Amino acid sequence: MTDAALASPQDDPEVRKGQEERLEKVWETPKGVRYWSAVNNSEVGIWYTATALFFFLFAGVLGLLIRTQLAVPDNDFLSATFYNQVFTLHGTAMMFLFAIPIFEAVAILILPEMLGARDLPFPRLSAFGYWSFLLGGVFVCGSIFFNAAPDGGWFMYPPLTTDEKQTGIGADVWLLGLSFIEVASIAAAVELIVGTLKCRPPGMRINLMPLYAWYVLVVAGMILFAFPPLIAGDILFELERMFGWPFFDPAKGGDPLLWQHLFWIFGHPEVYIIFLPAIALLAMIVPTFAQRPILGYSWIVLAAVGTGFLSFGLWVHHMFTTGLPAISLAFFSAASEAVAIPTGVQIFVFLATLLAGRVIYSVPMLYAVGALAIFVFGGLTGVMVALAPFDWQAHDSHFVVAHLHYTLIGGMFFPLLAGIYYYFPFVMDRRLSDRLGKISFWLLFVGFNVTFLPMHITGLRGMPRRVFTYAEGLGFDTLNMVSTVGAFVFAAGVLVVAWDILRPRGKEPLAPRNVWNAGTLEWLSPNPGKEWGVRTVPIVSTRYPLWDQPNFVRDYDEGRFYLPDAEEGKRETLITSVLDARPIQCLRVPGNTFITMGAAFLTGGAFIAATFYAWTLTIGFSIAALIAILIWLWTGTAIIPEKKDKDVGLGLRLPLYVSGPDSVGWWAMFITMIGDMSAFASLIFGYFFYWTIHATGFPPADAAGPGLLWPFTALVLTIASWGAMLLARRANAADRPPSLRLWLALSVVLAVGGGAALLWGPHTTGLDPTSHVYPATVWVIAIWTAVHVGVGVIMTLYCLARSVGSKLTKEHDIDIHNVVLFWHFALITMAVSVATIALFPLVAR
Amino acid sequence: MGATIIAARILIRLPAFGLVALALGACSGVQSALDPAGREARDVADLFWVMLIGAGVVWTIVLGVAVYATRVRTDAHEEIVGKRLILWGGVVFPVVVLAALLVYGLRLMPELRQPGEGLRVDVAGEQFWWRVRYKPLNGPEVVSANEIRMPVGERVEFALTSPHVIHAFWIPTLGGKVDMIPGRENRLVLEAEKPGTYRGVCAEFCGASHALMAFDVVVMEKPAFDAWLAAQAAPQPAPTGDLARGRDLFLQNGCGACHAVAGTEAKGEVGPDLTRFGARKTLGAGTLPNTADNVARFIAETDTVKPRVTMPAYPALPRDDLTAIAAYLGSLK
Repeated sequence: MTDAALASPQDDPEVRKGQEERLEKVWETPKGVRYWSAVNNSEVGIWYTATALFFFLFAGVLGLLIRTQLAVPDNDFLSATFYNQVFTLHGTAMMFLFAIPIFEAVAILILPEMLGARDLPFPRLSAFGYWSFLLGGVFVCGSIFFNAAPDGGWFMYPPLTTDEKQTGIGADVWLLGLSFIEVASIAAAVELIVGTLKCRPPGMRINLMPLYAWYVLVVAGMILFAFPPLIAGDILFELERMFGWPFFDPAKGGDPLLWQHLFWIFGHPEVYIIFLPAIALLAMIVPTFAQRPILGYSWIVLAAVGTGFLSFGLWVHHMFTTGLPAISLAFFSAASEAVAIPTGVQIFVFLATLLAGRVIYSVPMLYAVGALAIFVFGGLTGVMVALAPFDWQAHDSHFVVAHLHYTLIGGMFFPLLAGIYYYFPFVMDRRLSDRLGKISFWLLFVGFNVTFLPMHITGLRGMPRRVFTYAEGLGFDTLNMVSTVGAFVFAAGVLVVAWDILRPRGKEPLAPRNVWNAGTLEWLSPNPGKEWGVRTVPIVSTRYPLWDQPNFVRDYDEGRFYLPDAEEGKRETLITSVLDARPIQCLRVPGNTFITMGAAFLTGGAFIAATFYAWTLTIGFSIAALIAILIWLWTGTAIIPEKKDKDVGLGLRLPLYVSGPDSVGWWAMFITMIGDMSAFASLIFGYFFYWTIHATGFPPADAAGPGLLWPFTALVLTIASWGAMLLARRANAADRPPSLRLWLALSVVLAVGGGAALLWGPHTTGLDPTSHVYPATVWVIAIWTAVHVGVGVIMTLYCLARSVGSKLTKEHDIDIHNVVLFWHFALITMAVSVATIALFPLVAR
Repeated sequence: MGATIIAARILIRLPAFGLVALALGACSGVQSALDPAGREARDVADLFWVMLIGAGVVWTIVLGVAVYATRVRTDAHEEIVGKRLILWGGVVFPVVVLAALLVYGLRLMPELRQPGEGLRVDVAGEQFWWRVRYKPLNGPEVVSANEIRMPVGERVEFALTSPHVIHAFWIPTLGGKVDMIPGRENRLVLEAEKPGTYRGVCAEFCGASHALMAFDVVVMEKPAFDAWLAAQAAPQPAPTGDLARGRDLFLQNGCGACHAVAGTEAKGEVGPDLTRFGARKTLGAGTLPNTADNVARFIAETDTVKPRVTMPAYPALPRDDLTAIAAYLGSLK
C-alpha cells in the first residue's frame, strides 16, 4: 500500500493542512450551552465516566455510614429504618450506577479509537443512554434525602417488598428508576456490539481484535441476555405492587421464589458483567508493561467467552438455602466450581505474559498486581461458598460480604484504577502522579484488607448480613471496629485518587505521544488529541500495529489510509464486514443535537411519574417521549446522502447508503430484538415455572383459559399482517410506491386486529388477573405480545410516512428492511404466546 | 537464619495466614460456626479449615509467580514456560483440585440431610420473632416462642414456614441455615453434640428489625429434655398477691388479645406465647436480657427498643403497673 500512497495527494503538506482543518471543523465540540448537545464518543464517554465515578463516591459514603453504624455494638448512630435504606442504596448504587455503567462509559470512551474509528455507529444512542443514566441515577439516589429510598435490600425479595405497608414508595423508586437505567444499559450494549462488529478498521479480522474489544463483545452480549429477565421480573413486580396481580403471593398461587430466579438469572451474570470489563483493561495493560504481545491470545478469548456462557448457569448458588432438592444443589455447586477454571485461565495468561516479557513496573502494574492479590483470594473464597454445605453456613453472613467485596474490589475496582492510571494520558493528555499513585495504592490496599479480611471471621462467628446492629459480647465487637477503621483508611485512598484526578495541572508538561509505548491503535494520536478522534482510518494487519507495522505512525499522521478528509463537511467513519473487516460502507454519523437529551428526559419523566402512580402525567410523558423519538429517527436516521458513493482514499469507492444485513441499523434491530426475546422468554419461563410448582395443576382445573378462538384469530391476523409486510418490501424493491403503501396500510389494519383479538380472548372469558396467578400470567403474556404488535404498527405507519415523504424509496430502503426484521420477531412472539396460553392448557390437562 | 526471616516476613504479609491467626483466636462464641456443637457444623468447620489451608497454598503460589515475574526476575523467559504455565496452572491444576473438592464437599450433603429421628419442631418466622411448636412422637404438643430446646445426640427435625415475609433459620453452632418462605415448608435436621446454650438468628433480611430477631437454643441431656417437655404440659399454679395484680393488669390492658398464657383468658395468637416467659433468658426474640426492668421498658417503649414491631407501645402505663406486669410475666416458668 505504501507504493500507492507515495503517488497520493497526501504527499503535499498543503493538502493535508486543508484536510485537517476540514476534519477539525466537522468534529468540533460545540461551545457554550450547546456543549451539552454533543453526542461524540469522547464527550459522552467523559460525562459517563465522571457520572459513574460520582455515583461511586456517593455509594462509598453510604458504605462509610454502614461501617460507622457497625463500629460498636448497640450503636444508635443511624436508625434501623434509615440504615436499611442506606445498605439497600449502597448495594444498588454500586451495582447499577457504578459497576455496570462504568464499563459502558469506559468502552464508549476508548473503544472507537482502539478500533481506528471516529465514533461508534449510533452516537445519539450513546447520548440518549447517558442522559437516561444521569436522570435515573439522580432520581434513585436522591430518594434518600427524602427518606424515601428503597429499603428492601438490593435484591428486593418479595413478599417484604410487595407489601406496601412495609415498603413505601422506595420499592417503586427501585423498580422503575432501575428499569429505566437498564433500558439505557441495553441501548449502550447494542451500540457497543454493533460498534465492535462493524466499525473495525480494514484488515482487523476478528482474530486480530484487541482483547478489550473481545471482552466488550462478550460483556455486551451478556447484558443482552441478563438484563431482560430482570426487566421482565420488574414488570411482574410492579403489576403486583400497583394492581395486585399476585405473581409472588402464595395465597393466590404465586411464588416469591420466581422473583429470586429471575433476579439471580440477571444477578449472577451481572457479577461477570462487572468483572470481565475490568479484566479487559488488564488485558491491555499487561502486554504494554511486559512489552510483548499477550501470550495465549486464543486461550484468553476462549476463556472470556466460556466465562460468559457459564455465568448463566450458576444463578441457583444464590438460592442454596431456599430448600431446593439436593440434585439441583449438587449440579449448581459443580457449575459454580467450574467457572473458576476459565477465570483461572485468564489470570494465568497474564502471569505467562509477564513471565515471557520484560516487565516495566509502574503504577498501573502496581494496581494490577494488587488486584490479583485481592481477586485471587476472593476467587478462592468463592470456591468455598460454591459448595452447598459450606454455603449453608456462610450464606447471608458477613463472610459473603467479605467474599463479594474481595471479588468486586479485587476483580473490578483495582483493575479499574489500573485502567485509570493507564488511560488517563489518553483521555486528558497528562499523566497522573506516580507518587500519589503509590500513596493511594497502599492506602487502598491496606485499608481494603483491614476492612474485609476480618469480616470473613465475623461472618463465620455468626454475624448475619444486613443487620443494623448487633449485641455486645458475641465475638463481633473487635472485628467490627477493625473493619470500620480499615474502611476509613480505604476512603482516604479514594480521596487521594480523586485529588490526583481533579487537581489543577496547568503548567505540567503534556505526556509524550504513546506514553507507555503500547502497541494498540488508541495510542496513535499525538497529545493533545484532536476532536476528530483518528486522523485517518488505518489498515491493520497485526494485533499490535504500533509495534509490528513499519512506518505505521508516519503513514497515519500523513493521512495515508482511509478517510483522510471531510470533503462534504460530514462526520464519517468506515463500516467493515463482521468477520474479516472488509470495507463496505462510508457511514455518515449523525452530529450534535438536543433531541436525544429531550427524548431521554421525557422517557425518564414517564418512569418517574409512574413511581408516584400519576397516570395522566405518565401517559403524557410517554406520548411526548414517543414523539421526540420519532423526530429523532425521522431527522437523524437513514439519511439519504447527496450522492451514491464516494472515494474514501487509496482508490477505494464505497457506498454512502447501504441497507439490510450490510447496514448497522439492521444489526442494531437484530441485536435489540435478541434482548427483547430474552425478556419474553423470561415471562414464558414464569408460566412454566408456575406449572412445575403447582402439584394440583396449572392452569387450575376450574380456571377458564383465554379460549382457542380469539388467540388463534390473533395468530392468523398477525401472520397475515406479517405477510403484508413481506409484500410491501417486495413492492418497494420493484419500485411501486402505491402498492407499497397499500400493503403497509393493510398490514396496519390486520395487526391492529391481531393485537386486539389477543387481548379480547382473556377479556371475553372473564379472566381476572387479581384473582389468581394463572389469569395474571395469561394477561401479562397477552399484553406483552399486544404491545409488540402495537410497536410494529407504529413502525409500519412510520414506513408509510417515510414513503409519502419520499424518504423510503427503492434505493433508500433501510426503514422497510428493519421494520420487516422487527415483524419476524413479533410474529415469533405471537406464535409462542398463542401456543403457551391457548394450546398448552389442552396438553397440561 | 536468613530463610527464617524471609519466612517470617511472608507470614506477616500474607492475608491468608493473617486470617488463620485471627480465626484461631475466634473459637469462643454461642453463635460461632467455628465453635461447632453439632454434627453438621463440625463437618462444615472441618471442611472450612481444609479449604482455607488449600486456599492459602494456592494464593501463595499465584502471587509468588506474579511477584517473581514483575519484581524478582523481570527479563523475558522462554514462551514455552508461559504456555506450560497456562496449561498446567490455569487448566490442569484447577480441574483436579476442584474435582477433588467437589467430591469431598458434596459427599457431606446426603449425610447432613437425613430425616429426623422422632422429635419434630415446627418453627414459623414472624416479624420479628419465632413461633415454636414441639411435636414429640408421644405426648402433647407444646407451644412456645423465641427459644428452642432440644436433646443432645438426636436428629431433631425442624419444619420451617413463614406466614408473611422470608426469614432464614440459622443456628451457626449446630449447622447451616434454611430459608422460611411463605407458601412453602422447608425441612432442616440438626443433631446437637454438646449440651449448652447457643444462639440462633434470622439470616434473611426481613424488615426493619431483622437485626433483632434471634433466639436461644438450649441443648439438654435427653432425660432432662424429656422431663422438661413433659413439665411444659402441666398447668401453672395461679398467681397470688402482687403477682395476681400483675396478671389482672396484663388482662385488663388487653395483652391477652395478642398473647396467650395457658390457664388464663389470654388466648391471643398474634404475638409470642408467654406461658413460660419467665423461663426464657432473653425477651423480644433475643433483643434484651430477660430482666424485670427490661420487660417494663419493652412494654413502655416497644418501638424504640425494637423498631416496627407489631406490638404497640404502652407509654401511658404507670410505673407501678409496668413493674407488676413484669413481675407477673417473670413468674411464668
